[in-house]
Amino acid sequence: MYPAAFEYLAPSTFEEAIELLERHGPGAKLLAGGCSLVPLMKLRLAQPTHIVDLGRVPDAAGIREEDGVLRIGAMTREADLVRSAAVVGRYPILVDTCSVIADPTVRNMGTVGGNLVHGDPANDHPATMMALRASFVALCASGSRIVPAEEFFLGLFETALGPAEILTEIRIPAPVPGSGGAYVKFERQVGDFAIAAAAAWVRLDGDRVADASIVLTNAGPTAIRARAAETVIAGRVPETMTLREAGEAAREGLEPWPDLRGSRDVKRHLAGVAVERALRAAVGRARDDGGDRV
Amino acid sequence: MSEVAIRVTVNGEDRTATVEPRFLLVHFLREVLELTGTHIGCDTTSCGACTVVLDGHAVKSCTMFAVQADGHEITTIEGLAREGRLHPLQEAFHVEHGLQCGFCTPGMIMAALPFAEEHADPSDDEIRRAISGNLCRCTGYVNIVSAVRRAARTLHGLDVDPPLADAGSGTGHGPGA
Repeated sequence: MYPAAFEYLAPSTFEEAIELLERHGPGAKLLAGGCSLVPLMKLRLAQPTHIVDLGRVPDAAGIREEDGVLRIGAMTREADLVRSAAVVGRYPILVDTCSVIADPTVRNMGTVGGNLVHGDPANDHPATMMALRASFVALCASGSRIVPAEEFFLGLFETALGPAEILTEIRIPAPVPGSGGAYVKFERQVGDFAIAAAAAWVRLDGDRVADASIVLTNAGPTAIRARAAETVIAGRVPETMTLREAGEAAREGLEPWPDLRGSRDVKRHLAGVAVERALRAAVGRARDDGGDRV
Repeated sequence: MSEVAIRVTVNGEDRTATVEPRFLLVHFLREVLELTGTHIGCDTTSCGACTVVLDGHAVKSCTMFAVQADGHEITTIEGLAREGRLHPLQEAFHVEHGLQCGFCTPGMIMAALPFAEEHADPSDDEIRRAISGNLCRCTGYVNIVSAVRRAARTLHGLDVDPPLADAGSGTGHGPGA
């Protein structure tokens, strides 16, 4: 399949890319790894007049932790994220998440930034980034701003980025004592989007849950915080039945779209199971560490 | 729309061309360079038949534009055999009968190449994960997994079982032979 014709532009800086977006208007589209955009263009669901390829912007990829923040360059490939010495062992929730995105070959091209800015509620990073209380650095001609992950996803394929604004970096708070996280996904087969999935982050104070974020993938127009589930476990000892209660609470009011992956009931049920299991894994990680991983 | 000049190292050779930006990498390989060993299967990033190695990593060439490969290094199935000798992966797919119709084979081998180079003695589970972006509709994968394991061990100088064909009646065509 051939996409519709377009002009190819390969800027060497983010600033130049922003200029190109401003010059060419709404027909211009950023290309990162292409794993979402290229298939859309082949199916002619997207027909940009100009492609602005970020693949030649130096330093757009990279991972480092400093001053209590993990900084991930938006063009970092998924495969490089899970191989990163800064991530493995310290951010197992990111390894959970990356390992279930598409397939290993796609992960060699796909970027973390691309996965986020596509604004697809079925993508896996949004829930994890929201659960980790990450924030995103957005750059436009007038400068950069920080957008919390929770305020970034506005609707189906819609984010807080302006028309000539670029996501340049993802910032994740470093693990604190007693914290743990996990991502659990149900998929029909490798490479498919989630039937249901959940990201969970907890901070324990002694035996009890002092703080928690629970976020669902593919259960609505954006990744959704399961606030009722968070309320259930707040201040409690996260025993088996408590986690089950949290899973049940996550199902309340949930209206996932029925499709080939499952009926509304199946998806709602599995969302609850994903919450329960992600919480159990997150609590396990929180308990058996000295606060050096999440 | 303006065409773009690209220079790509393919199987060790510098290749230059002027391409339409919408030209996919797989089109460039098959139609411009006439390297038709790289197949187009699903054309939707699912099947992996078009897998090639880009700068040491397996990628699906139906899901990137040729212009994105400008300045990069590509290996296709045609780049594996040296001086008439099959690459250990090709040899292993032959010995283990890791194919039936053969359509998925070039992509399967290219997906397995960086993995086999990195893993001396992979488990079945690791192999299955590594090739999970590639579909085979004939074999049921068992012999493909055996082939990748044999190739990985061979590449790292570990012992491998002698080919079945040599141990049996000489035909290697299964129980009836």
